[in-house]
Amino acid sequence: MDKEAKRAHHDLGGVSKFMCEPVDIEPHGLTAFDREVDALRQMLAAKKLMSVDELRRGIEAIPEADYHRLSYYQRWTRSITDTLLRSGVNLRG
Amino acid sequence: MFAPGDVVRVKDDWPEGRGRVHIRTPYYVRGVTGQVVRHLGDFANPEDLAFARPAERRPLYHVRFQKGAIWPEAKPDDELLIEIYGHWLERP
Repeated sequence: MDKEAKRAHHDLGGVSKFMCEPVDIEPHGLTAFDREVDALRQMLAAKKLMSVDELRRGIEAIPEADYHRLSYYQRWTRSITDTLLRSGVNLRG
Repeated sequence: MFAPGDVVRVKDDWPEGRGRVHIRTPYYVRGVTGQVVRHLGDFANPEDLAFARPAERRPLYHVRFQKGAIWPEAKPDDELLIEIYGHWLERP
């Protein structure tokens, strides 16, 4: 079977359907939202509530349509929320 | 363990088709033969860390591939250097 047919949807390297789209190489400044999400993730790691590997796994688990619709840091919030709900961390605490 | 210069093949394995996994070996090098460039160190296996499971330390290697072995349209001399964990490599 074709390898591209067996890949997970987040595994995007060299995928034919993206080969005709120019790569965005412009620098993008971080928004306040981006910085806040990054800070949250660093606190979760420092308190050993969630690792960067769990973050990545959670991002990869986002359904394909949402994965492509969400921004980089929106994917992080989705993964953080899903991971903490699964592990039972009290999000209101 | 592998040494610099060893010829290796990435396992043609597709765990993502068997359930929830976290894999750091790109789909496009599965089953492709390359050459070990260096041992980068031993690291806790991210495939387990991703699920907050106890993780054994595994050797990580820089492996070099000829791009033409992956993508037919690549220029003949183009190379690809990527990091692959030892448990994904086998001797061809």
